[in-house]
Amino acid sequence: MKKAIKISVNGTTHETEVEPRLLLVHYLRDVLGLTGTHVGCETSLCGACTVRLDGQAVKSCTMFAVQADGSEVTTIEGLAGEGGSLHPVQQGFWERHGLQCGYCTPGMIMAAAQLLERNSTPTREEIRHGLEGNLCRCTGYQHIVEAVEYAATKAVNREP
Amino acid sequence: MARYVGQRVKRTEDPRLIKGLAHYVDDIRLPDTLHVAFVRSIYAHARVGGVDAGEALKAPGVVAVFTGKDVSEKVGPVPCASALPELKVPDHRVLATDKVYFVGHPIAAVVATDAYAARDAAELLMVDYEELPAIVDPEEAAAGGGAVIHEQFGSNVAYKLTAGEGDIEAALASADRRIKQRITNQRLAPVAMEPRGVLARYLPGEQELTLWSSTQIPHLMRTQVALMIGIPENKLRVITPEVGGGFGSKLNVYAEEALLGWISMQLGRPAKWIETRRENMQATIHGRGQVGEIEVGCREDGTLTGLRYNVVADLGAYHQLLTPAIPTLTGLMLSGSYKIPAIQINVTGVFTNKMATDAYRGAGRPEATYVVERAIDLVAAELGLDPVAVRRRNFPAPEEFPFKTATGLFYDSGNYEGALATALENAGYERLREEQRAARDEGRIIGIGVSTYVEICALGPSQAMPAGGWESATVRIEPTGTVTVLTGASPHGQGQETSFAQLAADELGVDLNDVTVVHGDTAIVQYGIGTFGSRATAVGGTAVFIAIERLKEKALKIAAHMLGTDAGNVAFAEGTFSLKEAKKAAAAAGDGKAAADSDEVPEPVVPVGEGPAGALPEPETEGRKRVTIQDVALAAHLARELPPDTEPGLSATYFFEPKNFTFPFGTHICVVEIDRETGEVKLRRYVAVDDCGRVINPLLVDGQVQGGIVQSIGQALYEEVVYDGQGQLVTGTLMDYAVPRASVLPWFELDRTETPTDVNPLGVKGVGEAGTIGATPAIVNAVVDALSPFGVRHLDMPIKPEMVWRIINGSGL
Repeated sequence: MKKAIKISVNGTTHETEVEPRLLLVHYLRDVLGLTGTHVGCETSLCGACTVRLDGQAVKSCTMFAVQADGSEVTTIEGLAGEGGSLHPVQQGFWERHGLQCGYCTPGMIMAAAQLLERNSTPTREEIRHGLEGNLCRCTGYQHIVEAVEYAATKAVNREP
Repeated sequence: MARYVGQRVKRTEDPRLIKGLAHYVDDIRLPDTLHVAFVRSIYAHARVGGVDAGEALKAPGVVAVFTGKDVSEKVGPVPCASALPELKVPDHRVLATDKVYFVGHPIAAVVATDAYAARDAAELLMVDYEELPAIVDPEEAAAGGGAVIHEQFGSNVAYKLTAGEGDIEAALASADRRIKQRITNQRLAPVAMEPRGVLARYLPGEQELTLWSSTQIPHLMRTQVALMIGIPENKLRVITPEVGGGFGSKLNVYAEEALLGWISMQLGRPAKWIETRRENMQATIHGRGQVGEIEVGCREDGTLTGLRYNVVADLGAYHQLLTPAIPTLTGLMLSGSYKIPAIQINVTGVFTNKMATDAYRGAGRPEATYVVERAIDLVAAELGLDPVAVRRRNFPAPEEFPFKTATGLFYDSGNYEGALATALENAGYERLREEQRAARDEGRIIGIGVSTYVEICALGPSQAMPAGGWESATVRIEPTGTVTVLTGASPHGQGQETSFAQLAADELGVDLNDVTVVHGDTAIVQYGIGTFGSRATAVGGTAVFIAIERLKEKALKIAAHMLGTDAGNVAFAEGTFSLKEAKKAAAAAGDGKAAADSDEVPEPVVPVGEGPAGALPEPETEGRKRVTIQDVALAAHLARELPPDTEPGLSATYFFEPKNFTFPFGTHICVVEIDRETGEVKLRRYVAVDDCGRVINPLLVDGQVQGGIVQSIGQALYEEVVYDGQGQLVTGTLMDYAVPRASVLPWFELDRTETPTDVNPLGVKGVGEAGTIGATPAIVNAVVDALSPFGVRHLDMPIKPEMVWRIINGSGL
């Protein structure tokens, strides 16, 4: 039995009827075609599926779409600013080689964006702890830490 | 002059990835696609009495169910490319028939209209199992006496192999000291963040099958899958879209890849299977899995006389593509970076009721490096010498290269002392030792570990490879002046779209953004081998480089014709062909500005919007003293005024066959501190000096080294594939299998030395596996060093806190 839900995703409101067991990540990927959010483990451990739900970074592989009814969701596709300008975290990942295969990257960027909103001048240790819920198998994380530092510096410089 | 090569150029592939707009297999959507879910064995070893698909077939959305009986006569066996003498090769069908051999062994494929329906129906399939005793412990498999997994072979031994040179018995017998140590390399799971996945689309009219697969080897896979399912190779197209990490786990041909293609051909609709993480832990290859004993002989001064490694290799239930070959790579690298007159490896490869082991980042070489670097530290401990001194005593000097080992290799070039000295200085080694002494006086437990590794890369000469060791490239300049590079290497995160573009842009004198590197599509790219064994740049990059040289030779001929002179009068620099006289005259005039003007690259000719639609502009050649390479490209395509005997078009293809492997090396130094209360090992510092020859992009090299070190840290301290006594996979999810997280890692202090190689004209050695090969023993050596006051000489990986805590608290110290 399908249930009607209304979710705002990246600023656009979608009204859809979904199976109650449909995972949020599958709703985003399969119903809306937003395939930038990835599935890496199905057990909330790797963080590849991280999106923002009403501002909170959540793992969309272990939450049902119906639980997001009435919420605002931001995915990696919705992170860039006006005219496609990169978010400071996206820019940091590019500048500091914060990705290799790129599979963990959207989730990692979404988690890092929340981290910087909570703490605009994190130490390296705070960045590492802030990203504990996201696994990367390629980079060894050091360039990711540098990418977040870059974003922090840039954001601070832009908004004095 | 290099504008790009050697620079920290940020990657051209990144924008699509950081915006979430890239396409991995599961991101490709085709209308009418069917979804496949596999029913996999829940037992490690069992007879299958029957499979009842009745209920599953009645479930909503189900289109078909295929079992082993349905496909075993129609789809050929999963291939093994290793050819070893007297190797036992079991018949590896894509679905199990009468027996299952490991947990996760596929039994049936359920095909439905959506992925949820397919999984629901898979639950309804009834499999009649009769459980059999499982063989889990490789040493038990080698010893015999228990169950025989593949009954036709009479035992669980798949092969035995002895290799090495020198009189090992004499070398050990004449040594002042002989040291033996049992040593293991535990099974690891590669855990690429993107699990495997396949999308197959058969077009019945065209009789063409396209497979999108997350693989490292599109061309090799095409050949093998074509043979398996009986489709002409030129009717099968393999596309590797974005690949979310491989580390060797996708250097394979898997049952699911062939089966998905076959299913799509049967049903005439696209079919997709995306591996779950649990399936990935069960049924994607594992790495390592060696249990052995080393015996090393040395003189009182630390000079090594001989090394023997008796090892049982845990191959798993079946051979995947390279399974039996991996331990042979271990044997090749047992000389490490040392002069060892006699070396012997005795391998017993055994079947166990587990997933196959195969190439995981380093593939046999991390095992060798671990064995050798542990052996050096055991010698140092035995003799009471500094581990650094023992290493230095046994290094070949730079002038001894090419250096022949007792394993039959010729190391191309090296300066091991150079990398060691740099690392010792960067780490402040002497000071670290003083700090260690002081810390011990305070009751703190600190250890320093050193590893001076060498690795075998740029795989490799075809004589040493199962399916060709060359790599291919096509470089062409399009009529509008943009450059297309087609590489047979199939990068999946390493960044060759950028590094190859750097190379092409410099060699052709064009802008980086005018170069597009295309890979991973067998319908577009000429046959290639793939990305593995740290080969993409050293072998594939060289193919690109030589193809460009060829292309420039042709362009020079055309340019000379356009300039109305002989090729000998024309020089090429920064994208422009010019008359040598004109250049000389400008230089003779001594006018720096004029010279600069003459070197200026004119705007490329872009025909868009000029002239009537469809017409290309005429290159103006009259009275010109120079033409750009873009002008030449246009002229080559218009083909109205080409020199005699010159083909139209401007492209060149080259297949590069390397004459040898390359041997990158380096020194890694690790400092650990152990928490007395918890036994936790904390990485305090990590200093690495790597020498991978000439570097095209230092940013990418740093990334490769850092990622590799962290996978090593995983092996040393956290990761282990665990099967219980019945062969159940205990570490079946990321809940149980501990991939390192950002918070447990130190800041890596990286540096490089640069010793070029003459194996290829680029002087590039390769760096993809260096971190994984060099780091593991540095970490273990550090922990053993820390615990040496407690009488510890060796520890098995992963070194878990409990093990360390018991040592500290059981010691009475």
